[in-house]
Amino acid sequence: MQLIHCPWCGPREEVEFHYGGQAGVAYPADPAVLSDEEWARYVFVRDNPKGRFEERWSHSAGCRRWFTAVRDTVTYRFER
Amino acid sequence: MSRVDGYGRIDRSRTLTFTFDGEQYAGHPGDTLASALLANGVRRVGTSVKLDRPRGITAAWSEDPTGLVQVEEPFPEPMLLATTVDLVDGLVARGLGGRGRLAEVPDTARYDRRYTHCETLVIGAGPAGLLAARTAARRGDRVVLVDDRPAAGGSLLGTERICGRSAFDFVADTVAELRADPDVRILPRTTAFGHYDDGFVLALERRTDHLAQPPRDVSRQRVWRIRAGHVVVATGAHERPIVVEDNDRPGIMLAASARDLLHRYGVLVGREIVVFTTDDAAYDAAADLERAGARVTVVDPRPGAGGSATHHARVVGTSATGSEDGAVTAVTLDDGTVLPCDALLLSGGWNPTAHLFSHVRGALRYDAELGAFRPGEPLDGGTVVGAANGTFDLAGCLAEGRGETPEPVARRTHVLWRTEGEPARQFVDLQRDSTVADIARAVASGMRSVEHVKRYTTIGTAHDQGKTSGVIASGITAELLGVPVESLGTTTFRPPYTPVAFAALAGRQRGRLYDPERTTALHAWHVEAGAVFEDVGQWKRARYYPRPGEDMEAAVLRECAAARTGVGILDGSTLGKIDVQGPDAGVLLDRIYTNMMSSLKPGRVRYGVMCGVDGMVIDDGTVLRIDDERFLVYTTTGGAAPILDHLEEWLQTEWPELRVSLTSVTEQWATFPVVGPRSRDVIGAFAPHVDVSNAAFPFMSWLDTEVDGVPVRLARISFSGELAWEVSVDGWHAAAVWRRLLDLGAPHGITPYGTETMHVLRAEKGYPIIGQDTDGTVTPQDLGTEWAVSKKKPDFVGRRSFARPANLDPLRKQLVGLLPVDPDLKLPEGSQIVELTDALPPPPVPMLGHVTSSYRSAALGRTFALALVKGGHARIGERLTVPVDGALVPVEVTGSVLFDPEGTRRDGEPSVR
Amino acid sequence: MVSRVSGDVVTDVLRPAGALDGWAGRFAALPDSVTLLAEPFHAMVDVRTADPAALERLVGAPLPGPNAWSGGERVTAIWLGPDEWLLTSPFLSPAELEGAARETGAAALPDARLAVVDVSAQRTTVRLRGAHARDVLETGCAIDLLPRSFGAGSAAVTLLGQSGVVLLGLGPSDYRILVRSSFAAYLAEWLLDAASEWR
Ligand SMILES: [Zn+2]
Repeated sequence: MQLIHCPWCGPREEVEFHYGGQAGVAYPADPAVLSDEEWARYVFVRDNPKGRFEERWSHSAGCRRWFTAVRDTVTYRFER
Repeated sequence: MSRVDGYGRIDRSRTLTFTFDGEQYAGHPGDTLASALLANGVRRVGTSVKLDRPRGITAAWSEDPTGLVQVEEPFPEPMLLATTVDLVDGLVARGLGGRGRLAEVPDTARYDRRYTHCETLVIGAGPAGLLAARTAARRGDRVVLVDDRPAAGGSLLGTERICGRSAFDFVADTVAELRADPDVRILPRTTAFGHYDDGFVLALERRTDHLAQPPRDVSRQRVWRIRAGHVVVATGAHERPIVVEDNDRPGIMLAASARDLLHRYGVLVGREIVVFTTDDAAYDAAADLERAGARVTVVDPRPGAGGSATHHARVVGTSATGSEDGAVTAVTLDDGTVLPCDALLLSGGWNPTAHLFSHVRGALRYDAELGAFRPGEPLDGGTVVGAANGTFDLAGCLAEGRGETPEPVARRTHVLWRTEGEPARQFVDLQRDSTVADIARAVASGMRSVEHVKRYTTIGTAHDQGKTSGVIASGITAELLGVPVESLGTTTFRPPYTPVAFAALAGRQRGRLYDPERTTALHAWHVEAGAVFEDVGQWKRARYYPRPGEDMEAAVLRECAAARTGVGILDGSTLGKIDVQGPDAGVLLDRIYTNMMSSLKPGRVRYGVMCGVDGMVIDDGTVLRIDDERFLVYTTTGGAAPILDHLEEWLQTEWPELRVSLTSVTEQWATFPVVGPRSRDVIGAFAPHVDVSNAAFPFMSWLDTEVDGVPVRLARISFSGELAWEVSVDGWHAAAVWRRLLDLGAPHGITPYGTETMHVLRAEKGYPIIGQDTDGTVTPQDLGTEWAVSKKKPDFVGRRSFARPANLDPLRKQLVGLLPVDPDLKLPEGSQIVELTDALPPPPVPMLGHVTSSYRSAALGRTFALALVKGGHARIGERLTVPVDGALVPVEVTGSVLFDPEGTRRDGEPSVR
Repeated sequence: MVSRVSGDVVTDVLRPAGALDGWAGRFAALPDSVTLLAEPFHAMVDVRTADPAALERLVGAPLPGPNAWSGGERVTAIWLGPDEWLLTSPFLSPAELEGAARETGAAALPDARLAVVDVSAQRTTVRLRGAHARDVLETGCAIDLLPRSFGAGSAAVTLLGQSGVVLLGLGPSDYRILVRSSFAAYLAEWLLDAASEWR
């Protein structure tokens, strides 16, 4: 049961948060020009590193804000 | 009787009566069931799980692998350790053969949880823990001190001296100081059983089991959820036995446990005691037991250890000749000596109780001098002190408690895992009946990891999780493999440290509080009207309103007929509602919905479909445009929270430049569809100042008005194909408006209907329910709603996926109607669909799809279903087969709109328009 | 008041009802050390603005920062998010509060965007007071409620039991709980059950 630091509300229990996967995967500027493979990569493929990982979290039971956090996938620890 | 005078902290002035295995015995307040049994000379507690060998008490506290009992009174509970059961008057228990039995009566006790926060949590109130707590409290910390025993003191037995005073005086003074501090909370009888990330510790407090008259409203057990800035693990150590042949008999126990039983309960475990040790600590036990009246022989293989009376030999076996209860009567030494005895005490050294350090991934390091694993690295957010840290001398424990580094003390433990003997009778895990022979078999099978050996032999998997056997198993495995113990390591400690009842983990979250029941503003009315409810997510929704003598089918046919021929009314308040406000509201909705929303005019309503980026439908519903910069989005009931999250995610993470804000108004608005050809009469009476003619109030339009000064919103939306209005009002006035509509509808026979009728009405029209007729793999095209997919918009979420080859596959599953050839046969929802056949081919039978919705229709005068069928749109008119209960049911594939496909009814019946 | 519609007498006026109407009896049976009081019909509006000063004239104080509430008895402002506040008032009607928020905001910030939504019926209000009030909350709220961490003026959007709540610290042993109306009965049942130890 981790404590996750909401940038607005401060540390809260992990149950108040919703995980949003890898951060920084931008919606393509013009999906229509992408090949099927490029589009499928955007829709389905994400990094899965061992170690530092930039993730999106939403403080869904609190201020409802999305934020980006860096977590180590080996230790689960968030960088602060 | 083996109770000795002058020892123990029990209250001898009072006597408690208890029953064990059908016999009545007496004990005293302060006893455990185990100490009372031993005091009465009962040494055999149960039998072993596989081999049916007699077993007794082998340790004095929660590390005991053998003394399992089933408690029947006062509170039925299976598989408790006799050593941790407080003796109360009237206790009824019996010994177990390894397995317990759940009580057959409901558990009426209360269980709860409690959150608390502190700067310093100290686990263990022994000498190290007490000083750690005092040090933190004096620093001004908020301190929580938990200890699993009834009273503080840990391993202190009263014979020690601290700072020139009796150890008990020191304990009493320290506890008194802590108690006087309002920032300190002391929790006795509380076991910290799990240590998690960020200073989070779970602890189980046993609050009432020791009380003669437990207060009714006080929870029996409480799970403390403690969030600490710093966790001090001061959990002591467990003594380690030495494995010898036939080491499982009653009367064989750990040396320190025998000493503990003497000093806590005044129980002398034998009169003729053999102590077999490779560690100095057992000499204290031997001396105390001798002083209390036993004859003690020490067997110690270490040259030079002990005095002249010490046998320098090894115990290699035990016997129970002539013993009625199977208890030990003699031990055999490796030099051939046979020593008669009524108790054998074992001591092979000490294992730091580092479980709570391990739970948070603290690495243990093998210490060859101790023959034990001890914390091998500093803990982030915590410290380990005292015996748990491998510091076994009292001065060292006190120093570590104060936060100081103690003087190192040399130990002379001789590491001896086992002596020579028959491996199949050398028990390693006494609860699992696992022996050295089992380890040898595991190693011979090629296992090289202690984790594999553990799972193969089951050593360490019982209630005690190998507190006394785990390290020995590592040691013997290493010996058999011929490798150092440190290269093997030990198995991973995982929570819980001691067993925790599911009831305690559930806490108050059971019965009505198991899961929140969400109710609409009309709930009391539904209850009064005799509604049968169904769970829709957490909502309690009225499913139908049976009249006397009606079953669900009859009630639903009646409710459907009312909506199709007269007027019905539904509580649709659970629909999700989102206020979308801002100059870019239309832009946002255009990007989210498959169809165009920005072109919607204020005062109008549009149906819309939402997809994920994969092009699959995630929700649908209506959108009302309030004004240029404001929309009201209706989601499905289940979609209320996830769709708001979905919109916020896109808005905040992809399009923060859009000037839009989203607010849930699900409970702000109660919404009542008033449905049927007579609905115009009801709405006309309800809002007499509103022109409800088709010309003035066309389909898919809305307006705000007031009724008796209460703002009301009317919208012509239909989820049934009938002429219908949705009446929306703020939640405060919901019940009053509902009653008003019923009053005004009474002359027209207005009939409240529930979700079941709503489902039938919409299915007759082929309107899908997202989540019932879809499963996350269904596109708008599959549903036949491509009319709601914009061809003009350059992009929206999911659009690009529509062009993927998989989305263009003509064999995708598509939504169709199914009419069983037998019009009276209702297909079970979920039924599989196969090609038309009168005999199923051998498996695997190619599946074409499944039935998603199935009902009996009053309007159609027959049964019908909706289904997802491969290439279904091209199969309309074909016949297929649905296997139902072994029968092969022929069905005809139709379009999904079965009732009034021309849509002639939505403006009312021609005769009453 | 009796309204007449096409000759039929409709006896009921459209009287408002609170989400916890009907609970007063069970609340009243609680001891002084844990009191519960439903506070229905507080007007509430959700306000979105970038400028905390926008509504100072209405609230009597700047809009509060994270984990806090400000204002007074007439209008209270509760921080919900970095650009979101909940205004509540037991005295103004929902329409009055919504109107006042729009007017005040427009006057203070003629060019800035201000979104206002009436959410008066979205949540309902329960007052929890007494020597054991914090004990009751601590059976199901994970945030640190010790007075030095959560005192008068504190607010938290968090979980209580399994329900989302907005929790306000009003003073020692005095809390106001705002809960979604559909969860109100669950929360009332939960609070009563939690209080049973001190009955
Ligand atoms: Zn937050």
